[in-house]
Amino acid sequence: MSTQETAIQPEYLCRIAIDPLSRVEGHGKVTLLTDKDHRIRQARLHIVEFRGFEKFIQGRPYWEVPVVVERLCGICPVSHHLAAAKAVDQLVGARELTPTAEKIRRLMHYGQTLQSHAVHFFHLASPDFLFDFDDPAAHRNVGGVMSDYPDIARQGVRLRKYGQEVIRVTAGKRIHGTGAIPGGVNKALSLQERNDLLADIDLMIQWGRGILRLVKQAYQLNPGYFTYFATIRSNYLGLVRADGALDLYHGGLRARNERGEILFDHLDYRRYSQVIREQVKPWSYMKFPFIHSLGSEQGWYRVGPLARINNCDFIPTPLAEEERREFMALGAGQPVHMTLAYHWARMIELLHATEAIKELLLDPDIFGDERVVRGEMAREGIGVIEAPRGTLFHHYRINEDGLIEKANLIVSTTNNNQAMNESIRQVAERYLDGKELTEPLLNQIEVAVRAYDPCLSCATHALGRMPLIVELVEEERGTVVSSLIRDTDGTVRNERCASGLN
Amino acid sequence: MSERPHFTLDGRRVPFQDGQTLMTAALDAGVYIPHLCFNPEFTPHGSCRVCLVEVNGRVQAACTTPAAAGLIVQSEIEELREIRRGILQMLFVEGNHVCPACEKSGACQLQAVAYYVGMLAPHYTHFYPRRPVDASHPEAVLDFNRCILCELCVRASRDVDGKNIFAVQGRGIQARLVVNTPSGQLGATPFSLHDKAAQVCPTGTILIKHRGYETPIGQRLYDRKPISVVGDVAQVSESRGGRRHD
Repeated sequence: MSTQETAIQPEYLCRIAIDPLSRVEGHGKVTLLTDKDHRIRQARLHIVEFRGFEKFIQGRPYWEVPVVVERLCGICPVSHHLAAAKAVDQLVGARELTPTAEKIRRLMHYGQTLQSHAVHFFHLASPDFLFDFDDPAAHRNVGGVMSDYPDIARQGVRLRKYGQEVIRVTAGKRIHGTGAIPGGVNKALSLQERNDLLADIDLMIQWGRGILRLVKQAYQLNPGYFTYFATIRSNYLGLVRADGALDLYHGGLRARNERGEILFDHLDYRRYSQVIREQVKPWSYMKFPFIHSLGSEQGWYRVGPLARINNCDFIPTPLAEEERREFMALGAGQPVHMTLAYHWARMIELLHATEAIKELLLDPDIFGDERVVRGEMAREGIGVIEAPRGTLFHHYRINEDGLIEKANLIVSTTNNNQAMNESIRQVAERYLDGKELTEPLLNQIEVAVRAYDPCLSCATHALGRMPLIVELVEEERGTVVSSLIRDTDGTVRNERCASGLN
Repeated sequence: MSERPHFTLDGRRVPFQDGQTLMTAALDAGVYIPHLCFNPEFTPHGSCRVCLVEVNGRVQAACTTPAAAGLIVQSEIEELREIRRGILQMLFVEGNHVCPACEKSGACQLQAVAYYVGMLAPHYTHFYPRRPVDASHPEAVLDFNRCILCELCVRASRDVDGKNIFAVQGRGIQARLVVNTPSGQLGATPFSLHDKAAQVCPTGTILIKHRGYETPIGQRLYDRKPISVVGDVAQVSESRGGRRHD
């Protein structure tokens, strides 16, 4: 872990804030503390949103949860919807879904992956690939892409629209649908819906391959930059299918260390709490998960496209598998640690999503009538899914009346919290240290964060265990008169400053 | 044969029979007047005031005003729409009506009437009352957050089911729906999903347990057509062979 997390004497340092971080989902900021020689002494990614989902769903009926918690996000609601639905399946004793239910949910999920990856790459990240760092900020955005590269921008819009349409026909709405219900789904596809989607899928696959060519060109133009920028060596976590294949909907947990050695494999995700712990730090609303056996210093890990491609043994669709092999050759037998390779891995997944959608559209099970199964009720349910941004955990416990008693959500971005902080410290040290800071230089920090495609809205869902500090400030002099502090263990203490005791 | 007596509603002749109110005559004729606490199967209550109409210049509740020959009644005028919107807005802020996540969404009369009267936002400051869900019954859940005190469940349980399970306690702003048992829990009552009281809630207060969202978006009652076309106005006019005015 970097030594730049906490400066020793911050009061003598100059504070620079990148606030808000642009072209990421949600609201966050980065603060840098520099000394008089512009040396970086502290670099932190702060998440400044406050949501509270885990708390306010307490006391609500369990069957509401998939529809309530999907409101965590407008970009990846399907992931929350399905992770919660998988947990609720366990509550209603649905051990195995009908083929129709599982395939409709998978279709919804791949549609979600396609649209989310498309919106990140084209709308948020493509300016980082297509323009220089010192390109004017007013042009270095999706507007600039649309004016300079209209064909690429149009593909991005159409790919996203296609993914949204897949979601609409499976969930009822493009955003915040209701498709997954306890033990199954509430609708299958009609022939018309299937045929409408099938008509365009080959074009989507073709565009998916085209984007990968663009990413690879960017790498080949500047391999040194790709290799070292924000790159950190880390552990990786994600779901894999029983045969080791990439599977975004269901599987067992696999973790590798930085050398690619398996730490645990095919672990039933209902036992996640045995291997994952979360740490709270007073300067961020986002928790810091880590692999318990390695401890918080060494046990942090990365999730998401890079982790999934590093973790799986193969991708079960041919074109994406071909791309995976080419990608993994970069690591020469070890995981690929390049942070910017997240974009590359993400586009491999986008291609995989288009192929997977085509397979599902050609599967007759998506028209089936058997949509729901039920069994014996249980009091606890844990749903895990590979959301676009990484492994997503939903854990619920209900009381005997069926009301939510306790909820724990570890969202994808939270898993990457320490890694994002490590990456910005690497960039700060390598590219900013000792320099007069300018907007293009600070943009590099954002490029590092953006590679992870963080969703800061999702990542700040918790309430109740966060440390909080409320300060009473004397108006004229601006001095702090007293502070009310709630510690991480929930205790509240009042600290009065000497100057405020009169 | 003499012509049936009639009144005029928004310029349209509406025939009626002795004993009918403006509301029931309008429903028979297939003409919709927005309403919440009124249900054609129950004695009018006149409490929600959503069905206010202008009768010969005076504002009165359509559900309790007897029909009389020659009355000039206006319903779809802007002044009344504004009053109705205000009433709906107050109902929305008084409880906790989270339509996006509510399983009744798309089939909720309160939501459908709000759409019909053009309510686009709650306007007033939310009360955010704390009202715990009662899930003590094995088959049903009571979500008091969504109660609008129409008393349809009270009337149905007392007058049809003969169980007298629900009651309204308190007055004015303190009024709230309660379960008529010492514990106040639905689980301690003989309530059944077959009861009339289980069928009449115009919001999502009384719900079937363990089920929800089973009708896909797009196929719910008010997804395709407004309540003025597919609500009880359609059921009543069709059951009586009347004609519905779209």
